[in-house]
Amino acid sequence: MEKYSALKLIRHALGSNRKWPRAWRKAEPAARYDAVVVGGGGHGLATAYYLASRHGMRNIAVLEKGWIGSGNTGRNTTIVRSNYLWTEASLLYEKSLQLWEGLSRELNYNVMFSQRGVYNLGHTLQEMRDIERRVAANRLNGIDAEVVAAEQIKAAIPIINTSRHARYPILGASLQRRAGVARHDAVAWAFARAADALGVDIIEQCEVRGIDCQGGRVVGLQTSRGPIATGRVGLVAAGHASVVAAMAGLRLPLESHPLQAFVSEPLRPLLDTVVMSNAVHGYVSQSDKGELVIGAGIDAYNGYGQRGSFHTIEHAMQAMVELFPCFSRVRMLRLWGGIVDVSPDACPIIGTTPVRGLYLNCGWGTGGFKATPGSGWVLAHTMAHDAPHELNAPFGLDRFSTGALIDEHGAAAVAH
Amino acid sequence: MLLIECPWCGPRDESEFAYGGEADISRPIDPDALSDAEWADYLFMRSNRKGENREIWNHQHGCRRWFVVERDTVSYAIRATFPMDGEGRSP
Ligand SMILES: Cc1cc2nc3c(=O)[nH]c(=O)nc-3n(C[C@H](O)[C@H](O)[C@H](O)COP(=O)(O)OP(=O)(O)OC[C@H]3O[C@@H](n4cnc5c(N)ncnc54)[C@H](O)[C@@H]3O)c2cc1C
Ligand SMILES: [Zn+2]
Repeated sequence: MEKYSALKLIRHALGSNRKWPRAWRKAEPAARYDAVVVGGGGHGLATAYYLASRHGMRNIAVLEKGWIGSGNTGRNTTIVRSNYLWTEASLLYEKSLQLWEGLSRELNYNVMFSQRGVYNLGHTLQEMRDIERRVAANRLNGIDAEVVAAEQIKAAIPIINTSRHARYPILGASLQRRAGVARHDAVAWAFARAADALGVDIIEQCEVRGIDCQGGRVVGLQTSRGPIATGRVGLVAAGHASVVAAMAGLRLPLESHPLQAFVSEPLRPLLDTVVMSNAVHGYVSQSDKGELVIGAGIDAYNGYGQRGSFHTIEHAMQAMVELFPCFSRVRMLRLWGGIVDVSPDACPIIGTTPVRGLYLNCGWGTGGFKATPGSGWVLAHTMAHDAPHELNAPFGLDRFSTGALIDEHGAAAVAH
Repeated sequence: MLLIECPWCGPRDESEFAYGGEADISRPIDPDALSDAEWADYLFMRSNRKGENREIWNHQHGCRRWFVVERDTVSYAIRATFPMDGEGRSP
């Protein structure tokens, strides 16, 4: 792997940038691997990287049916935070946030993680009570969080409408200063490059079509590029989790919904933080290119079409204009949708399954980008040890029959 | 925006309807007789089909009745809508 550095930038610039080496090899599928990760999104690639770097497993592959990062990884609004309510969830997201803080250095790749803070607005007394409770819970778990009043919000974000006469007046917010945004594609590319350098085969255009089991164990996969023998498989297919799990006869408590987002024409810098609102339902940040990055809520129906309905976008836009009246004449440039795998308690499912050697990592729904490194960290541990890491032990599939759900709908209603 | 044909009111905007999820799931007659796994299957597990799907919708801002919709979850094309216990009827 060629190490990226300022010096390399200059050297390659002098050569008109014609000699940059490939960031990862174009690997062909081998007949057999010690472990295979299905799904080349950020989570799958992170899993492979930590399997190789922390657990010494080098004969492994990531299979991606399209190109890496083409799923939700490259379609999300990139908000990273760890201020969830329940201890189980906040510790998992906090582990991830800590990994984010060292990620560019660890992977020798600028993932543009920008800790510009995230405001979660409260518009009603009940919301403010919930915010206070969540901030208190976060602090008990050692996570930075504070409650801020409307005047402080206005001072930090002059363009926000804190008028008492707004339809949904802003009463206050929670603020996590260590939260922020990152560059989504860069995260996929960085993990792919670092995993590749450790010998991991990253195989694009390779769709998994069947899972071979014998005596309750995984023995291999059927793919669009032929069969692959392996005893360990991690299913990390996000919106397609139910589809791939069904190949091994598993039923999951998931529903796949369209989730849409859009960006505006580039504007001068006017928003240097991230603002989210549950009550009016929208969230926004400004990208380094100057575009406003705005996310909607999920479309109500199940959908694998990577697009949703217009009234859902209209609703998100109304919320934005309510919060930021100066956005009312901004033109939107691009609109797209992803497929999010929503679980009943708004928490992921990560762990072993009734099929030996088959591991799940799904159900991140609308909010898994922030968890990319942490998710890979715990799934790699689970696959290497055939047992969950302490951080993902509460997130097993069995919680739906034991009843030990982790109800994050409160903290995650706008779960991004 | 989907155009959904309510079996009673005819074609209406999606925004008049509420989505009710997968069709053909009925509450077990005797829940106490079920194992935890069977109860979890009823309560939480879903087929989440890619492609042809049967689902229920409620005409919330109209006649407020539930009905069945056959819809493709990739193209979103609606094939038929009909009353919960009725015969198929094409839109
Ligand atoms: C519009 C939008 C906004 C969002 N905003 C945020 C946000 O602000 N913050 C946040 O934390 N989260 C956000 N999310 C959620 C986040 O994007 C996801 O939870 C997360 O990216 C899931 O990670 P992943 O890498 O597993 O998914 P993906 O990138 O979707 O990866 C799954 C991969 O599996 C592949 N695959 C599927 N089936 C097969 C098969 N049979 N064989 C081979 N490969 C297969 C797919 O092609 C895909 O590349 C948002 C999502 C969307 C859609
Ligand atoms: Zn009707």
